[in-house]
Amino acid sequence: MSALIKVDHLTRIFDVSKPWLNRVIERLPKALLTAVSDVSFEIEENSVYALVGESGSGKSTIGKIVVGLVPPSKGAVEVEGVDLATETDAAKVEAVRADIQMIFQDPYASLNPRWRVRDIIAEPVAAKGGDTKGLAERLLEQVGLSAKDADKYPHEFSGGQRQRICIARALASGPKIIVCDEPTSALDVSVQAQVLNLMSDLREELGLTYLFISHDLTVVHHMADKIGVLYLGRLVEEAPRDTLFDDPKHPYTRMLFDAAPRMDAFGREVEPPKGEIPDAINPPTGCAFHPRCPLAVERCSRERPEMRQIGQTRVACHLAE
Amino acid sequence: MTDTPVLSVRNLVVEIPTRHGVLRPVDNVSYDIRAGEILGVVGESGAGKSMTGNAVVGLLDRPARITSGEILLSGQPIHTLKGEALRRLRGKKMGMIFQDPLTSLNPLLTVGDQLTETILEHLGVSQQQARERAVAALEEVGIPAARSRIDSYPHEFSGGMRQRVVIALALCAEPDLIIADEPTTALDVSVQAQIVALLKRLCRERGVAVMLVTHDMGVIAEAADRVAVMYAGRLAELGPVREVLTEARHPYTSGLMASTPLASQGHERLRQIPGAMPRLGNLPDGCAFHPRCEFAQDRCRQNPGPTLDTCDGRAACWFPLGADRKQEVGA
Ligand SMILES: Nc1ncnc2c1ncn2[C@@H]1O[C@H](COP(=O)(O)OP(=O)(O)OP(=O)(O)O)[C@@H](O)[C@H]1O
Ligand SMILES: Nc1ncnc2c1ncn2[C@@H]1O[C@H](COP(=O)(O)OP(=O)(O)OP(=O)(O)O)[C@@H](O)[C@H]1O
Ligand code: SF4
Ligand SMILES: [Mg+2]
Ligand SMILES: [Mg+2]
Repeated sequence: MSALIKVDHLTRIFDVSKPWLNRVIERLPKALLTAVSDVSFEIEENSVYALVGESGSGKSTIGKIVVGLVPPSKGAVEVEGVDLATETDAAKVEAVRADIQMIFQDPYASLNPRWRVRDIIAEPVAAKGGDTKGLAERLLEQVGLSAKDADKYPHEFSGGQRQRICIARALASGPKIIVCDEPTSALDVSVQAQVLNLMSDLREELGLTYLFISHDLTVVHHMADKIGVLYLGRLVEEAPRDTLFDDPKHPYTRMLFDAAPRMDAFGREVEPPKGEIPDAINPPTGCAFHPRCPLAVERCSRERPEMRQIGQTRVACHLAE
Repeated sequence: MTDTPVLSVRNLVVEIPTRHGVLRPVDNVSYDIRAGEILGVVGESGAGKSMTGNAVVGLLDRPARITSGEILLSGQPIHTLKGEALRRLRGKKMGMIFQDPLTSLNPLLTVGDQLTETILEHLGVSQQQARERAVAALEEVGIPAARSRIDSYPHEFSGGMRQRVVIALALCAEPDLIIADEPTTALDVSVQAQIVALLKRLCRERGVAVMLVTHDMGVIAEAADRVAVMYAGRLAELGPVREVLTEARHPYTSGLMASTPLASQGHERLRQIPGAMPRLGNLPDGCAFHPRCEFAQDRCRQNPGPTLDTCDGRAACWFPLGADRKQEVGA
């Protein structure tokens, strides 16, 4: 099996300093925030790769780098062998851009309220001068809406229906890969089920590959083939779904699993995890998780753990085995 | 301990007059919450969860208003209170925790000032005692180094810490009832677990009655004693949490459970409830769920629709699921 997407030692640093003048007056140093730190993974064709992690762990930033919306600071992303950030052949870049689309969390904010659904869906194709005749109608039916909906405006649809419209728009250019950033977080569970089922169906019908970003472990468990766990911009563990859930190796992954509320855990009394995610501008030394880690030893605060392969799992922890 | 529930909501109706007629975001809702009990309230967006909570604490935004029914706090009617009397009662007897902690905190005052102000207003203590109580309240909700953090402003705390401050604020006047409306929705899993554990502990140790509104079934399962499922402004089901979640009687509850991905079930397709909840201005006759219900029969499409009272007290459904599912109720 070949990798459709290769993420190679990816790092993204944001400059979050105050304006230059304030800095000089207040004698502040430059503030750099490392949103993504040396992350590597590969996504195989027709598979679902999920990134999980808490707020600020760098999920969306990775998604945006993969589709080419944000350039990396270091490292590279190759999609079908093309590096969007450095490729000079415009035709190749164009072709890859059409192959990869993104769906965002908020189906309300991502649709232009003044456009008809037909124009919203066909826009990515129309912008390149492609043939859009009957396109929106066909895609609407594919995502479980009706061809007649093409003449309506976004406000006439519910949240779940709007997310279907977003999916239809993402499908317009006939992509191979869809990056979904929290596609159902804004939806009710009964509507979420409709959208997740649709995404699974489309994967089979069209042979799509997904990079699926979510903070919801049960949704990730339902959708993913392989899962990467992020903490403070670092990939701390990666494994095939069942391996990860049956045998989580990183102490952070275990903490996440224990903390997640469970529908079958009536009146569960567990000691909740301690502490909160540290400031990304001044991350802890060594292993970023060490201040909260129940296993941490002296080495953990000194030395950043390398990714190690253990069986089917890759894990960045000095003590994992 | 007496048998009188801390909160008793009886046949509550909230209405909103509009140009196209009167909407009923809360339609004939009744429930009790006892001391030391957590009642979970679930339902999809727009089901009327917040509207119910806001009606209880007297914080309905106009033009919404209570048009019938009663709300009793420890047996005393409070739905008729207005103005200053209502405001005082709210601060003293009821605490509120909302999804966004910033809406409950004044950005211009230190956390300590906000706490002492509330304590001074509702408990007859000195300035010095109030400050000590404020420190104690922050310690109780798990703010590290409370004594040195008390003079910080809300923006100097992280999201999870702010929500703790809001909980401290809701608790510092020693209320009997807490309304928590999606208190953890904006928080990370690990912080959410901390806040839920905190609410449970306070409820148990202080005997506070809690109404916990959330859309997260996992949080409900872990925290609630009983659960109320709302649909289109009405109660669809009300009962002990384990029974409602594992042996749902209302087809809507059962659909909701089946459409929630469970870690134990893998890649199989999720069961989905067809369609979406109807808008308030456009409710069908009879049972509001009937257009989406696979068990609907003629009776379900006719008025009057089923209510908890006219059915088995647990599910507002003429044909509830369960042991003897063919048994029609209330016929
Ligand atoms: N354009 C930007 N400028 C400065 N900082 C940024 C920018 N975009 C993201 N960040 C920071 O990078 C870090 C990672 O952000 P990112 O949005 O990727 O996280 P996330 O995992 O998607 O979180 P969430 O679950 O909240 O969506 C955060 O600390 C964020 O504040
Ligand atoms: N001013 C208004 N005019 C018309 N309808 C209104 C008005 N305010 C609220 N509503 C309606 O009242 C209903 C109840 O809203 P409520 O906020 O209680 O829902 P909820 O269950 O808390 O939903 P969520 O999960 O989204 O918070 C909704 O259908 C809403 O559209
Ligand atoms: S490297 Fe050390 S601190 Fe980090 S997770 Fe492993 S044991 Fe814990
Ligand atoms: Mg994000
Ligand atoms: Mg609400």
